[in-house]
Amino acid sequence: MGDFYNDGDPIADTAAPEGPIETRWERRQFNAKLVNPANRRKLTVIVVGTGLAGGSAAATLAEAGYKVKSYCYQDSPRRAHSIAAQGGINAAKNYRNDGDSIYRLFYDTVKGGDFRARESNVYRLATVSVNIIDQCVAQGVPFAREYGGLLDNRSFGGTQVSRTFYARGQTGQQLLLGAYQAMERQIGLGNIEMNARHEMLELIIVDGKARGIVVRDMVTGEISTEMADAVVLASGGYGNVFFLSTNAKGCNVTASWRAHRKGALFANPCYTQIHPTCIPESGTHQSKLTLMSESLRNDGRVWVPKDAADCQKPAAEIAEEDRDYYLERIYPSFGNLVPRDIASRAAKNVCDEGRGVGPGGLGVYLDFADAIDRLGKKAVEAKYGNLFEMYQRITGEDPYEVPMRIYPAVHYTMGGLWVDYDLQSTVPGLFVVGEANFSDHGANRLGASALMQGLGDGYFVLPTTLGNYLAAGPFEPIADDHEEVVAARTEVEDRISKLLSINGDRTVDSFHRELGHIMWEYCGMERTEEGLTKAIGLIRSLKDEFWLRVKVPGTGEQLNQNLEKAGRVADFFELAELMCIDALHRRESCGGHFRGESQTPDGEALRHDDEFSYVAAWEYATGDSGKPTLHKEQLEFEYVHPSTRSYK
Amino acid sequence: MDIQVRVWRQENRSDNGRMVTYDVKDISPDASFLEMLDVLNEKLILDGDDPVAFDHDCREGICGACSMVIDGVAHGPEKATTTCQLHMRHFKNGDVIDVEPWRAAAFPVIKDLVVDRSAFDAIIAAGGYITAPTGAAPEAHATPVPKKDADLAFEAATCIGCGACVAACPNGSAMLFTAAKVAHLGLMPQGQPERDTRVLDMLQAQDDAGFGGCTNMGECTQVCPKGIPLTLIGRLNADYRKAVRKKL
Repeated sequence: MGDFYNDGDPIADTAAPEGPIETRWERRQFNAKLVNPANRRKLTVIVVGTGLAGGSAAATLAEAGYKVKSYCYQDSPRRAHSIAAQGGINAAKNYRNDGDSIYRLFYDTVKGGDFRARESNVYRLATVSVNIIDQCVAQGVPFAREYGGLLDNRSFGGTQVSRTFYARGQTGQQLLLGAYQAMERQIGLGNIEMNARHEMLELIIVDGKARGIVVRDMVTGEISTEMADAVVLASGGYGNVFFLSTNAKGCNVTASWRAHRKGALFANPCYTQIHPTCIPESGTHQSKLTLMSESLRNDGRVWVPKDAADCQKPAAEIAEEDRDYYLERIYPSFGNLVPRDIASRAAKNVCDEGRGVGPGGLGVYLDFADAIDRLGKKAVEAKYGNLFEMYQRITGEDPYEVPMRIYPAVHYTMGGLWVDYDLQSTVPGLFVVGEANFSDHGANRLGASALMQGLGDGYFVLPTTLGNYLAAGPFEPIADDHEEVVAARTEVEDRISKLLSINGDRTVDSFHRELGHIMWEYCGMERTEEGLTKAIGLIRSLKDEFWLRVKVPGTGEQLNQNLEKAGRVADFFELAELMCIDALHRRESCGGHFRGESQTPDGEALRHDDEFSYVAAWEYATGDSGKPTLHKEQLEFEYVHPSTRSYK
Repeated sequence: MDIQVRVWRQENRSDNGRMVTYDVKDISPDASFLEMLDVLNEKLILDGDDPVAFDHDCREGICGACSMVIDGVAHGPEKATTTCQLHMRHFKNGDVIDVEPWRAAAFPVIKDLVVDRSAFDAIIAAGGYITAPTGAAPEAHATPVPKKDADLAFEAATCIGCGACVAACPNGSAMLFTAAKVAHLGLMPQGQPERDTRVLDMLQAQDDAGFGGCTNMGECTQVCPKGIPLTLIGRLNADYRKAVRKKL
């Protein structure tokens, strides 16, 4: 492995309190330094991103009295991609009296993450989950309710209790609008300065502390430097490195990657979640993939024909006994509700056997015929109506009549910037929340946990831990002509000039598409040493070609969507290489990371706890070697003892 | 299939703008409308032309970014469908399709098909919320909400803030957008304390932003991708009258 990276010092301190896990967060809250309300007005916080994590953080910090400057690339904070989350949000309310508890949510999340998450963080997440629901209801989020007026719940993959709160298939939209409205209230009151259509292109570090960012106004092209006492990144995940994913087209890694290049460690980049229930690709024009909420697996049954020869026949002509309900067959106790990684790989396996359905044989059926018989079409429509409509709109097929076709697609990235218990990165004053950090989901995220984590971080965790940091402020004001500020700004300007000056013969999208193919082929659902090594070579040469042949039309002083894309793709190249190196070094299978060389005789993931029970936190490849440096954070399991995940 | 698009091109806010015709060849009927424009843009870039700027993001009909008037109809010919969810199978070989930006006084064009919709945010900032600072919330089950009210509130809350209602309205009014938020929050018990001030403040902000008045034409609801019903405007008017009476 010496070819690809250097070994560095282990990470010794995660800032997590010791002692009984049930009271760690309470003790952290009590021990955190407070900032008195009069001083908060003198402290400025930059928040990049306005999704569930960034929106809730910005609103809460502004309510507390801090001066907040918020940035998003969309034309309105309401459009952040959290809006597209469909299924729901978990909380340990135990409203169903089905044996749920904070401890069980904690247990399920650690187990679901395949024992690669930090126990202290996960327990805290489970603890605040109940407060999130209270907060959202108070804001007027219209969750689904029972006839008695109380909140309804449903179950989700990887659990045996019903703890998921939902708003039809638009839970993310409703939660985000709650956070957005709280934000807009603070904007109206003058406590948040909102900068939509602004993109962060560099982090500014002065005297070892994160003190500001360089942003580009995407309408005028103006580059400016924005200073603060602390910087919060809430810029989401990096699934678009695969080009085709369920992410919004604008989702990108640039804010995180720029911080990584400036010293923030990047943890577990290879942990990618491939979601089992997406609409299959229809052709080469495909620009993104659309998720069908996993909640569909509550009532839909997944199957393929037993005999590959039946795959071309219409589903209705395949008799019941000729269908293979493979999830129910292989995993009788969880059936169609096995966790995402397992459902995805099982779909890949049956398609590899030649039993896939639809164009190219890359699809499996998700069938609602039984549910419609059992519950009636009306009940199914009430639960999933908008998802069925969306499916019909995209494919032209009616899922009430013929089974849906689904196939896995990249959906979420568990990896992200390394943070300690306080959600602070290795750069003091740089905090990272939501999908942008690596913290709570280990190697695999359970359904309905992303919304929980984003809001938990933003509403409840960050406001406490950031206050502890800011208690030492306000820090010395930094002038615009400070050498670090000028240097960061110059870097951004030089990069833009370079991208515009190449004037080659290939479009940004053509490079991005090719990078995506490499990543899906070699760093997707199954990874091998041979494939990853090959991928690293391919990525490096494609990156070189990009910097020689890319054609970015227009100028920097205007709305230029290709310039925006070019900067993002340039960062995706560097990230892609690190993802492959991380995947290569982790010679075990765990969660969303499946190494072909590490499986049980019946094809299940095989972990190696003795060797790999750690977080891989990478330091950017600076210096002569040009190789990243690996720092390990050893994981300790005091409460949930690592076992083989079994959903059989 | 082969088609022609006539696209509104406008360099910046002050430019006059014009329709420009492009041929787009060999498009799959399974491609989305935006994917068809992607194909056009790839060609324009390689030909040394300026690609068409348009807003888009999630491409699954929920973020509200995409915004095109297609053959004179906001979001195009399909009912209850955003531009990104419109597929080329609804057009036929040889069609000539007009593509224009939202046109409304309160939504100035930034470039080509991209408009400035920040006026919507200003309406929300004026009162489109329930004041509930983080940490102050009572237990979620403290106040039951009748399912009927919760469901109606949800229907109103599904508005994606795309602005098609404004683009379709002959008056350039934002009434359906504002009414949807007023209804969502006003149907919930949590939303009652601010119900009167909310409707007054939001309508004031709507006027201040340069939106026109509502004359119940109903064009808005015809193009709304989420099917927000016109009855919500009646509801808003009732709330408004009540609030004004109380204030007097």
